[in-house]
Amino acid sequence: MDLSFNAEERAFQDEVRDFIAKNLTDEMKRATALTPSVFSDPDIGMAWQRALNAQGWGAPGWPVEYGGPDWTPAQRWIFETESARAGVPNVNVMGVKMVGPVIIGFGSPEQKNFYLPRILSGEDYWCQGYSEPGSGSDLSSLKTRAVRDGDDYIINGTKIWTTHAHHANRMFALVRTGDGPRQQDGISFILIDMKTPGITTRPILTIGGDHEVNQVFFDDVRVPVANRVGEEGKGWTYGKYLLEFERGSGIASAKLREGLKAISELAESDLTGRAIDSPDIATRISEVEVDIDALEMTELRVLSALQTGQNPGAVSSILKLRNSEIRQAVTRLGADVIGHDALAVEPMRPLYRLNHEPATPEEMLTVVPEYLNGRAYTIFGGTSEIQRDIIAKMMLGI
Amino acid sequence: MDLNLSDEQRLLRESAERFVAESYDANHRRKMANDPLGYSPAVWKQFAELGWLALPIAEEFGGLGGGAVETGILMEAFGRGLVSEPYVATVVLAAALIGACGSTAQKQARLPRVADGSLKLAFAHSERAARFDLSKVATIANKAAQGWRVAGSKIAVLDGHAADEIIVSAHIHEHQGPSGRIGLFLMPARTPSLAISDYPRLGGGQACNIELSDVHLPEDALLGDGRDALPAIEAVVDRAMAALGAEAVGIMQTLLDTTLEYTKIRKQFGRPLSANQVIRHRLADMAMQVDEARSIALRAALKVDAEPIERARAASGAKAKIGKCARFIGEQSIQLHGGMGVTEELEVGAYFKRLVAFDTLFGGSAHHYRRYAELGRTAISA
Repeated sequence: MDLSFNAEERAFQDEVRDFIAKNLTDEMKRATALTPSVFSDPDIGMAWQRALNAQGWGAPGWPVEYGGPDWTPAQRWIFETESARAGVPNVNVMGVKMVGPVIIGFGSPEQKNFYLPRILSGEDYWCQGYSEPGSGSDLSSLKTRAVRDGDDYIINGTKIWTTHAHHANRMFALVRTGDGPRQQDGISFILIDMKTPGITTRPILTIGGDHEVNQVFFDDVRVPVANRVGEEGKGWTYGKYLLEFERGSGIASAKLREGLKAISELAESDLTGRAIDSPDIATRISEVEVDIDALEMTELRVLSALQTGQNPGAVSSILKLRNSEIRQAVTRLGADVIGHDALAVEPMRPLYRLNHEPATPEEMLTVVPEYLNGRAYTIFGGTSEIQRDIIAKMMLGI
Repeated sequence: MDLNLSDEQRLLRESAERFVAESYDANHRRKMANDPLGYSPAVWKQFAELGWLALPIAEEFGGLGGGAVETGILMEAFGRGLVSEPYVATVVLAAALIGACGSTAQKQARLPRVADGSLKLAFAHSERAARFDLSKVATIANKAAQGWRVAGSKIAVLDGHAADEIIVSAHIHEHQGPSGRIGLFLMPARTPSLAISDYPRLGGGQACNIELSDVHLPEDALLGDGRDALPAIEAVVDRAMAALGAEAVGIMQTLLDTTLEYTKIRKQFGRPLSANQVIRHRLADMAMQVDEARSIALRAALKVDAEPIERARAASGAKAKIGKCARFIGEQSIQLHGGMGVTEELEVGAYFKRLVAFDTLFGGSAHHYRRYAELGRTAISA
């Protein structure tokens, strides 16, 4: 066993660092640090996507024939870790990490040729149409219906919690094309152009004051049958495949560590009257840091298993659960560390383009919004309660 | 970067798990719990034959030169069987101190005998007033005309009753007065004016308190050349905490397995306990914490040879986190067993008590989260 990277991997690490140093502008870095929601705004995120793509790194997880860089699990780890350390913007993961792998796995040659290059280049911006007002964790109870009419489907219904639907030009969605004995039957996976007539988007503001998610309404929306991925009625299988990606893409510890570092720096600064000198704050920072140490080791154990072709299994539920809980612990700590400054509300967005002097130092601007918005981490992608059900079933057999 | 077990490591794990499953059953544990010695010399002999006593000892002194990962593999299996042999006291603590501080002659005289099972050792360091501060030693070794005169009181000496020789820490006073250095002194367990009072230890095995009232020792009782032994003590205790963490992981895994089995069999209101979501989620949390403990114990093991602050933070972080997981898993295992969990009729309580002892030994969670924080700030300011 060995925790250190070999010479080739260290050389790769240098390459990643060089790339970031050359391409990450101060503006991108500041905008990322001042984004209290999960995703960067597209003007920032897509600028980074273009830089990555120019380097051939536009889609780290894809097979080489579709433009992936053919990295080993260790290289992916290094890439993600260095990216988190440097504070790079979030790219459109709904494209690169979600719909991309599904199209690669189950799409037609035409779909692959059309969509994949546009994800890589950043030309397309994707959103995910999964949840519905009546279907949260019980996703397969979804009711948005697509009825066949010649070469089209006519879609009626509504999707909710649609991240960046107001920025996206495309959506991948699970819709009901039939009914079967199980509610998972009769669901299809459809790619939708967001400019199609009949689609309207309603913004939903989250408690941190950000417009990140939306509700999307479909009113007799015509989508070509050719936009269906894979077989009709098999969408649940593809959708689940994607959820595994959403949960198990788990290289989260580096980002958590950067988040905690920002909070520790505030705690050690005069801006908070050196909150760290309070023993309970110091101990809580330690507890969270040790939790991150443990999560990082679990991620590395999974990585080692993947490198020798083993299947890590239900541990991806553990990673999702711990990542979300630790993230919340970091943001909760942050809100405590800044003391009375936690009372200030800054309603303007984006925080990196304010046209007035904010009430608190810039380093504190995201702290409370991140804490508030961060409550969503244990809800989206399958709630913590669902993750515990999965762990009980898959790991413990009960 | 590779965290997969090597073939040798896999073999070690298999043989240790097989030994525990076959030879270390509930009957054996019950017998040991009522035995005044608290462990089995026959089992100790088997440990020697299997090469486990030689495992971490350097090859030049009759050992196998294994590392902390190998020790951890063995300790995890020991945890599953609640092994009560004086392995930590002799091999993990005392032999490691001799390896770190001893002269070649001192090592040659002892390490091969630890490896072959003919010499058992203990380490007397803790004192009541020091609490968990390894640097606080009130025991004094006065340089005498011939040798040393040592006086003081030690507590919580693991398996001191079994030891042929005890390593005692003391502040060295020379003719000019205090030297500011801590020395380690080897003394035969049956030295006059060494008063040993044994007691059964929480969770199995034994421990003792030792009164040293002006113990006369020869010149060469001092381990090594008399330089300050504190850095070596800290390194060895960090290494021992990693090993004990792995043992705790084995204990927790057994408690999880046992409790899971019980909730499947035990029926109330016409269905198994495990049919209730509140029970399933509790077990999921327990499984998750065993896994986290496994990760952080491995991390501590992989960092035992890192530079001191990194090593110490990894050890303290692991000790703190595993202690927290251990309390949760131990307490919940009893809770889910209901009334029976509180009785001596099941073994759940015995495993729980060993976990409580783990959390206490060398300082509990709160102490180690504090140490982790303090060392972190030292690292930043350095």
